This record gives sequence, structure tokens and C-alpha cells, in this order.
Amino acid sequence: MTIVPHMTDVPAQSASEPLPKQPRDLLPLLLPVLLALAMLPLIGSGSTWITLTVASLAMGMMIFIMASGLTLVFGLMDVLNFGHGAFIAVGAYVATLVLLPLASWVQADSLWLNLAVLAPAALAAMAVSGALGLVVERVLILPVYGQHLKQILMTTGGLIVAEQALYALWGPQIIPLPLPTSLRGSFILGDVAIAKYRLLAMGVGLAVFVGIQLVLTRSKIGLLIRAGVENREMVEALGYHIKRLFLGVFMVGSALAGLGGIMWALYREQVHASMGNDLTVLVFIVVIIGGLGSIGGCFIGAILVAMVANYGGFLLPKLALVSNILLMVAILMWRPRGLYAVTSR
Amino acid sequence: MTDLLTLSGVHTHIGRYHILHGVDFAIPEGQTTMLLGRNGAGKTTTLRTIMGLWPASAGSITLAGQRIEKIATPEIARLGVGYVPESMAVFSDLTVKENLVLAARDGAPDTARLEWIFGFFPALKKFWLSRAGALSGGQKQMLSIARAIVEPRQLLLIDEPTKGLAPAIIGALIDCFAELKRRGATILLVEQNFHAAREIGDAVLVMDNGAIVHRGGMADLANDIPLQERLLGLSLEAHQ
Ligand SMILES: Nc1ncnc2c1ncn2[C@@H]1O[C@H](COP(=O)(O)OP(=O)(O)O)[C@@H](O)[C@H]1O
Ligand SMILES: [Mg+2]
Repeated sequence: MTIVPHMTDVPAQSASEPLPKQPRDLLPLLLPVLLALAMLPLIGSGSTWITLTVASLAMGMMIFIMASGLTLVFGLMDVLNFGHGAFIAVGAYVATLVLLPLASWVQADSLWLNLAVLAPAALAAMAVSGALGLVVERVLILPVYGQHLKQILMTTGGLIVAEQALYALWGPQIIPLPLPTSLRGSFILGDVAIAKYRLLAMGVGLAVFVGIQLVLTRSKIGLLIRAGVENREMVEALGYHIKRLFLGVFMVGSALAGLGGIMWALYREQVHASMGNDLTVLVFIVVIIGGLGSIGGCFIGAILVAMVANYGGFLLPKLALVSNILLMVAILMWRPRGLYAVTSR
Repeated sequence: MTDLLTLSGVHTHIGRYHILHGVDFAIPEGQTTMLLGRNGAGKTTTLRTIMGLWPASAGSITLAGQRIEKIATPEIARLGVGYVPESMAVFSDLTVKENLVLAARDGAPDTARLEWIFGFFPALKKFWLSRAGALSGGQKQMLSIARAIVEPRQLLLIDEPTKGLAPAIIGALIDCFAELKRRGATILLVEQNFHAAREIGDAVLVMDNGAIVHRGGMADLANDIPLQERLLGLSLEAHQ
């Protein structure tokens, strides 16, 4: 029963003392670079290495687009959305609604006609996925905030319902989705061929990454998101409704998943209802590797996963199925909370 | 003198634990009220219940005539309550500036008011663009307090601000609270450091086992050593 004066146990520190230097944590950033360089001698041929590396970057960017929303959703509200893949699949199917009827524009040998059909297809995919995100958040997630087990059940159920609904509406068959003519083929540089669509995917992925970073670092909404990932109670105590913020993040994340869905479908040149399910696993691995809630970690994690898939598929095809899991185990043994640990929870 | 904040019969449960057992008190407007009591008495829980961070399971909380015990935390904050939590809770990934930008709800932080805050806490000016996570413990506390006062608030809830800090920094905090008081702020301050408490408190509440066991003037408690011993279990004089 004492009142403890806590005055004496800490050495005096003047307020004007310089801050301890905090070096930026660049190691995770070096990881994909080191991995790529280490693969060069193993692969042998320089041109094969370049092709695989470009393929990795393009695939990584698409996975990043799909995963970025998921990491923020988890970081901000601790919500485990196992149904995230549904937004990916829905985005891809919605795109077919635009791309298949306008097949003549897709097949036309005109970059402008191709883009004139791709852009509305992508916008439609994002709009429908985003709107679906609104419904899912209100109906499935709102009632189960803070309850992980129920979140897993609800969102997994949602994914199954979405997949069956897609089967019911479109049938079980694989829908072919050919690339627009001007995005087919490759740029040839010496003996290296770089697929045009991969360059486009890299460009879109980078643009999304830069856009997200700008919002997170330059806008008040972005600051609130970062603050909320760290301590949502304090954000509320400063007078902001974290659930409204979260709904916005959830919708944008769903829309980005839809964008990733159309990009992935064009990359594979096919659409199938099971793609949501398949990609959910990949996207979760990326989010865990990156550190829950970290956009930078998600970006690097997506590239690493894609590198392991591409280099690994070339060098050790037998390990293809487990390579991502091995990568995740290795990263978590090095950094148990992922490349960049953000949340203090 | 009117009461700005009134708690009556407030009970709080955390999970299955019954923590507050009917807390009753009133905070007069324009005064600094100290909330004392041993560790685990329920002081932090009381502040969190006022902020709506724990729901009150019974009783009423009235702020400036309005019942707030069922209102969500952001609305309570927007009624003009500034909160400095025990953990300080600065956003460590954000800069000092960004922490204050978020705390200023009505647009950019007011320059004159910032200069006034820098007067007490020059470190915040010096490290304006540094990550808050890189600040020392005392500087984080300054930032946490600055966040609560960057715009005028009608009530400040401050939880153990001097805990673990060096005397020089405690001095800066006390100067700041004294100036806030002069400007007419209403403060509910949890403080274990009796020397600091005596310097700035007008009224005092003592809490034990989730209820208020004493309420009175600060000067009366400071001059009544037997009462201190009975309430707080030691002679506070020894800790000046
Ligand atoms: N999150 C919690 N879960 C369970 N019990 C808690 C929690 N927070 C506080 N308590 C309990 O409530 C009582 C009061 O705690 P607190 O309000 O923090 O006391 P004080 O601030 O006076 O030291 C303590 O017995 C503490 O163990
Ligand atoms: Mg406490």
C-alpha cells in the first residue's frame, strides 16, 4: 500500500539530447535483389535469367495488387478475411462481361481500341468488387469484429458461396480470355524476350504501390490508417471513427483485389471460379511474409513469392508446390513477425 | 462553481472481472482534480470508462449536462475531451508533426498554439520531423500531452504523466499543467508522485478497490499527515 515515486530509477535525460540514430531497416529490401543475383549462376543463361526475373517482377506486382488490401484490413482491424479471393474471382468474371462481348475490339490490332476496352473492363471489375466489399463488410464482418474464429468461418463461408454463385451464373467450364492483340508478344532486346503484358503488369503494380504509399504518407486519411494499424483505440480517443475508416479501406482493398483479378485472368488468359480459392492461399502467404499491416513488406513479400515460383519452377519443378511454404517458414524463422512488423499488438 | 463532469454509481466490468464498484465523484469546472490511490485501485479503468474505452455496466456519466456513458469514444472526444493514456500511445511510425496533425481535428494545428506548446516542450520543435518512435520516454510523454492540448479541450484526462521520468522532465510537465490551469482548463489527473500532485491539485479524490474512499481539498490532505497515512498507507511527506 504505497504510493511509489518513480522519479529516481531513470537517469536524467535532457530534452535537447539528440535522438538515437535509427537506421532504416533495408535488409528486407535487399532480399529480392540478393535472391535474384544468387540465382544467376544457378540458372546459367543470362537471357533465361532476365526472362525469369521479369516474369517474377510482373507476377509479384499482380500478387501485390491483390494482397495490398488484405494486409491493411488485417493490420487495421485484426480482421482475418479468408474470403479475399472471392473479390479476385469476381473481378475476373466481371471483366469477361466487358471483354467477351467486345471481342472484336480486343482482337483489333490497335493499341487504342485495345485500351478502350481494357480500361472500362478494369473499372467495372474494381467497381463491382468494391461494392461487393461494402456488402461483405456490413453483412459478414461487422457482426464478428474481434472474434477471429467467427471471422474465419464467416469469410470462408462467404468464399464458398461466392465460388458456387460464380459456377451457377457462368457454369463450371474454364472461360478463355485472350490477351488483346497489342499486348501479345514480346519486345526483343538482343537474345532476350520480354513479354509486353508483363511490362504492363509491372507498370500498373508500381503505380498502385506508389499511389498507396502517397496516400499513406501524404494524406490525413493515410496517416489515420497508419496510426490505426498501430493503435486503433488512440485513434478513436482522438475523435475518429475507426470503423468508418476501416470500411473505406476494406472497399478499396476489395476493388484492388478485383483489379488484380482481371490482370491475373489476362495473364493466364482464362477465368475459372476456383481462382479465388487458389489465390487466397498465395495472398495470405504474402501478407504473412511481409508482416501483417505493412504495405512495404507486402510488396517485397509478393516479389519474393513470385521469384520462388519462377526460379524454383525452372530449377526444381518438383518443389513447386511447397516452395512458397518453405519460403514462408524461412522468413518467419528469420523474422517471426514478418519482414516488417507493424502492429504493436 | 459548476461541475463539468459527474460520475454516479459507475460500475465497470472487464471481461468477467468487476473492476469499478460504484464510482461517484464530480469534477468542478476550471479546477485540477487529482485522482490518487495505490496500484490496481482502478484509476486507469475510471479514465478509460469516461472515454468510453470500457463500457460502464451501470451508473451514469455526465459531461456538461450531457449523458455520455453510452456514447462511442470518438463522439466523447469530439465533445472536447483530451486524453493522455498511461501508455502515452504516441503513433511511433508517424512523425511528431503527423501525430499533432491527427490530434488537431479542425484543420492544421494552430501556429500560435504550437509555439505556446513548444515553450514547455522545446524537444517537440527540435524533433518535429522525426519519427515519434525514436523519441525518449519523456519526449513521448510531452508529445502525448501536446496531442491532448493542441486544440482547446473542455476536459483533460491525464493518466500518470510523470511515471518513470527524470526530475527535469517532470518539472516541464508540471509547468505545463500549471499554465493550462491558469488558462482555466479543467483537468482530471492521475498522479502517484505526491510532490507533483500537491503542487498542481486543487481537489483530491482517493480511490481504493474500485471506489472513491476520500474526496476533499488538496491542501487539507497535504496538511493532514494522519489522514494521508490512513488513506494512502504512508507518510507522503517522506516522498517530497
Ligand atoms: N484489461 C484488463 N483485464 C483484466 N483486468 C484488468 C484489466 N485492466 C485492469 N485490470 C484490473 O483492474 C484493476 C484496476 O486496474 P487499473 O484501473 O489499471 O488500476 P490503477 O490505474 O489504479 O493502477 C486491477 O486489479 C487490474 O488488474
Ligand atoms: Mg493506472
